[in-house]
Amino acid sequence: MLRPFELVEPASVAEASELLARHGDAARLYGGGTELLLAMKEGLVHYDYLVNVKTIAGLAGLRLGPDGTLRIGGATTHRAIERDSIVREHFPALARMEEDVANVRVRTMGTLAGNLCFAEPHADPGTLLEVFDATVRIQRAGSERTIPLEALFVGPFETCLEGDEILTEVVVPPPPPRSAAAYLKLGVLERPSVGVGVAVTLDDGRVAGARIAVGCVGPVPRRMREAEALLEGKALGESRAALAEAGRIAGRAADAVSDLHGSAEYKAHLVGVLLTRAFHQAVAGLDVRWKSR
Amino acid sequence: MTVTVNGERHELTVPAWETLIECLRDRLGLLGVKKSCDVQVCGACTVLLDDQPVSACTTLAFEARGKHVRTVEGLARGEELHPVQEAFVEHGALQCGFCTPGMIMATVALLGEIPAPTPAEVKHYMRGNICRCTGYQRILDAILAAAGRLAPGGRPRDVG
Repeated sequence: MLRPFELVEPASVAEASELLARHGDAARLYGGGTELLLAMKEGLVHYDYLVNVKTIAGLAGLRLGPDGTLRIGGATTHRAIERDSIVREHFPALARMEEDVANVRVRTMGTLAGNLCFAEPHADPGTLLEVFDATVRIQRAGSERTIPLEALFVGPFETCLEGDEILTEVVVPPPPPRSAAAYLKLGVLERPSVGVGVAVTLDDGRVAGARIAVGCVGPVPRRMREAEALLEGKALGESRAALAEAGRIAGRAADAVSDLHGSAEYKAHLVGVLLTRAFHQAVAGLDVRWKSR
Repeated sequence: MTVTVNGERHELTVPAWETLIECLRDRLGLLGVKKSCDVQVCGACTVLLDDQPVSACTTLAFEARGKHVRTVEGLARGEELHPVQEAFVEHGALQCGFCTPGMIMATVALLGEIPAPTPAEVKHYMRGNICRCTGYQRILDAILAAAGRLAPGGRPRDVG
């Protein structure tokens, strides 16, 4: 049984922000509820007011801009993203990651923005979106800002959002030409234990860009820039030869913690394994797309 | 709120904090909606909200306003079972039966979306429905058989 609360249903972002400002810690944004309701049922948190983001006009849905930028509205569900033909064509790794989030019922109700804002460390989307260099648009009554997704995550279950701020859009820039991404995860429990995202850009047989992010093992999903630098600027074969070292570097940098999902040592090892596989998978995807043209 | 449940319209007054499973079981007596894990993992409480599968345990009842809720009770027509139910019976796709209503509703959703799924597609879609008895093979067999049995186009019969 949930403790009683009042549901409020704003029609605009400004109205929602004002409600959050007025009620302070007594109010929380409510999207799909897939995380929030679990915490409320457990009695871990209670709010006197839930502010329903789904009644805000225009907040659900996604669109591809003329420059190839993908904009995903704050009330868009995982399921809407995974099934969207634009996403499947232009961001296939994003579609594949989304169709493996939790289970179909969670994806039906749960929103991408809600997932990011809840900042549960054992989650998939943040890790892959970081290798896409995604940004998030944050609005409140009267002002807004756009920040890198990486800057949103402060710690487990903690973001940099102010009490009256609302994440209204996830913005994914167009991937560079001749690039592809992959996200791989491994888990022994319901939530993922280790997640690794890799994006590779090739230019004339050289790795012009390598972006790596690791999630689930540490407090927040993080880009692994030292490991990226090791792979960049090399011929593809040399980059492949450096994957084991890049995996070790990323495993160390990931700040793995020992918990029910496994020991820190085990997770650091898995980071290396998944990094290598994700790199190969991204490059293989690139080959397929390149040849098909 | 106005909600249609298994083809029947209801005018209900529900508090904001009432979950869909409380509404369906305690208010409407639909005991085929099973509460098991209560954390959206097991799938025993799977019901359809406008043909989409949700966990009734972790969905607020008000989310059903203006929508059509389908539960396992809405599938059979009198003594005539729904093709998915028939396939589960014929393939012995259950032992204790506790997960079965959720399995069947998830199957109805799956076949509404993918009329002729591959075994891999079935396994992926049904991953969130847990059965502790059968070892899943008979459930997989039943779902594939049901897919072959449904009308061309694969859409399950309209129940209202």
